[in-house]
Amino acid sequence: MFALIRVFSGHPVVDAVKLALYRPSFYRAGGLTQEAMRGPSAWSVADRELMAAFVSKVNNTEFCIAAHTATSALAYNDGAKVSATLTDLETAPVTEPLRATLRMLGKLTRESKVDADDMREVLAAGASEQQIKDALAVAFAFNVTDRLADVFGFAVDDPAAINAGAKYLLARGYR
Amino acid sequence: MADITSLHTSLVARVLEGEGRASVEIRRAAFNNEGLAEPIGKFVEKVAHNARMVTDADIGALRKAGLSEDQIYEIVVCAAIGQATRQYQNALAALTAATGTD
Repeated sequence: MFALIRVFSGHPVVDAVKLALYRPSFYRAGGLTQEAMRGPSAWSVADRELMAAFVSKVNNTEFCIAAHTATSALAYNDGAKVSATLTDLETAPVTEPLRATLRMLGKLTRESKVDADDMREVLAAGASEQQIKDALAVAFAFNVTDRLADVFGFAVDDPAAINAGAKYLLARGYR
Repeated sequence: MADITSLHTSLVARVLEGEGRASVEIRRAAFNNEGLAEPIGKFVEKVAHNARMVTDADIGALRKAGLSEDQIYEIVVCAAIGQATRQYQNALAALTAATGTD
């Protein structure tokens, strides 16, 4: 759809990497995304990858759904848990703090706003104020990335490439 | 997690005020999703609220209006970061309202 990203690099890398390499002096979000996804947090890496997949599902961004579903599944070592969460959050086998947090992130992503009552529900489910802030950082990163992936038409890779990307993200992160 | 506030602030400052091919005024208007002439206005609205529906024709209309690929790229980045920033700040304000703390 948007040729400049595709033609930028002849290297066999996924489109997300090409974007990161395209004009880093203008747009370079790797530091923020790395902190949100891999910095110290009461949420596990797997939980945060699930948040990324969940936000991307609400945005209907195929590339990011595929990439972060695979990364979360690998990090949990439990693909069924991830797919159950993306299929039906309310019945998924996740903790109540995570369920309530994902529900709030879904509303924020869909409607671009939440209110104090929404936050009270997440707190009442057992998530701490800091956990909510950490989750909002993940949602910010992916509400940016999903839009770029959609507009620039990131190609959804084959399953082998998606899994290789997931392993890379767990080993090396987002820098 | 370390506070991402400073990372967020520097990301926004870089795309709005750093070196770029689109004017600072257009980048800021794309970030804010307001005050843009057509066809940029409708395009930015789509990036902010319905990004998956952006088409080649939308990009073509911007090129026809005289924008370069680099300028379009910058407008897209500013529009995406702007919308995500409004969401993020709205949610932080809701959290503050719920907890009564900063």
